[in-house]
Amino acid sequence: MTGIIEIDHLSKQYGSGTKALSDVSLTINEGEIIALLGPNGAGKTTLISIICGLVVPTGGTVRVGGHDIRTDWRAARRMIGLVPQEIALEPFEKVINSVRFTRGLYGEGPDDAYIEQVLRSLALWDKRDAATKELSGGMKRRVLIAKALAHRPKVLFLDEPTAGVDVALRREMWQVVEQLRRDGVTIILTTHYLEEAEEMADRVGVINHGQLLLVKPTAELMDEFGKKTLTIELDEPLPEIPAALADRDLSLTEGGKALRYDYDTRAERTGIARLLGDLAAHGITVRDVSTRQSNLEEVFMTLVTETQDEVTA
Amino acid sequence: MNMGVNWPGIWAIFHHEMMRFFRTIMQSLLSPVLSTMLYFVVFGAAIGGRIQSVEGVAYGAFIVPGLMMLTVLQQAVSNASFGIYFPKFSGTIYEYLVSPVGWIEVTLGFVGAAAAKAMLIAMMILLTSFFFVDLHILHPFWMLGFLFLTSVGFSLLGFIIGLWAKSFEQLQLVPMMVIMPLVFLGGAFYSANMLPPFWEAVAKLNPVLYLISGFRWAFFGMADVPVGVSLLAVGVMIAICLGIIRWIFATGWRLRE
Repeated sequence: MTGIIEIDHLSKQYGSGTKALSDVSLTINEGEIIALLGPNGAGKTTLISIICGLVVPTGGTVRVGGHDIRTDWRAARRMIGLVPQEIALEPFEKVINSVRFTRGLYGEGPDDAYIEQVLRSLALWDKRDAATKELSGGMKRRVLIAKALAHRPKVLFLDEPTAGVDVALRREMWQVVEQLRRDGVTIILTTHYLEEAEEMADRVGVINHGQLLLVKPTAELMDEFGKKTLTIELDEPLPEIPAALADRDLSLTEGGKALRYDYDTRAERTGIARLLGDLAAHGITVRDVSTRQSNLEEVFMTLVTETQDEVTA
Repeated sequence: MNMGVNWPGIWAIFHHEMMRFFRTIMQSLLSPVLSTMLYFVVFGAAIGGRIQSVEGVAYGAFIVPGLMMLTVLQQAVSNASFGIYFPKFSGTIYEYLVSPVGWIEVTLGFVGAAAAKAMLIAMMILLTSFFFVDLHILHPFWMLGFLFLTSVGFSLLGFIIGLWAKSFEQLQLVPMMVIMPLVFLGGAFYSANMLPPFWEAVAKLNPVLYLISGFRWAFFGMADVPVGVSLLAVGVMIAICLGIIRWIFATGWRLRE
């Protein structure tokens, strides 16, 4: 299957000698949401900027919908919408005119019915005649999304869509993305909020030092790298962990009323059955058990540390 | 899908720039008209009363082409330079760089709008001058042709200044330090023939002199330099500016930095 975006051995080295991207290859499928994760300066924005035409690569190719971004750039760019990281809007321009303008730039004739639909879906219709400088930060970001959608792109890039945005607004942004997914738009988002990738993305790509370390379905990544925590609620509080269980990775929490057990889902044996058996053998009554999976943040840290170890080894 | 020139893209930029002009229509048109009236009062009535005529043309009428050129040059440069500098300043320049518009579309949109505004204002000045002086235009089509070419040439120059500028100070600097002296020394208010021979030779190094001369020829049939040379001067200027703009977009200098 060919993807809607095919990135092949892409590299970027700046004049100063800084290698922003080295030999990145990735195929993005139509209709999926892929999150590019990585710390600041990892190369996420460089990758997006190359695909969108803001930065010229030093090596490799990118095809969008089969169109090469260098030789067939007009056709490639018509398929793409970009929501930049920084909020950049003309302060005195009306919201609706700003969206119409972007549509025109992409070579499309006027379509006010479609623009109304976009503005309504982003809860901006009531603000259509407001100057962009009058809008709140969240609204401005939605205007940027509306502009990026003005020409019905097949692919939408969201560069750090929720950077510096409060929790409520972040949730709101996720809903917008979910709606776009239902409309069949392929979405590539960069983020360093791992929660965001976990919440929205079908696949996660991890970038660090300009290299794509891995790309995996989000759930698989969580399974593979995920540590789980088992919390065992006890009937009677324990003053300390019984000596017979001291060699287990156990800790007492909630003032002795619960036991915490960390285990690795990748391990052949999780040791849960044995632990529960041993607890019963020592006359410790279990009231309830619950598990919690570590979030992508922990997964990510594990991954980055592992690769750094490999590099130094 | 039209894979050639992106006409809706050009129109979007042109329209967007013209809307800014119409949002401030009063100050856009009123201030040049007011300053022109002041020029007529000072140069036409006060000084012109003593000069009488230049090569058979009443002084008040003689300065009309120069006044129009002065305004066209100022307006073309400031409109085009501000037009492209503002998106760089506000960060919206990214839109032009990621959308399917190339250097031709961006240049046509911005320069077309700046030239159109400059021409509109010049025509307002011409209309105003009819109230002050007795004016007959000998070659109206040539007059419009020169007006058009000069507007385009200096809008291209302004566009380059806007691409180059990194601050509002730089944006103001070139028009102040370069354009104004060139216009005043380019024979806006006098004929180069009125200068001593040495200064006449120096004045002829000034490209603006050729534009004003050609423009004045279209009005009165008299010129400091042959009309063909004036046309060539504006043609060369347009070609050089287009070359520079193409280079800027190809390399991304001050655009993708």
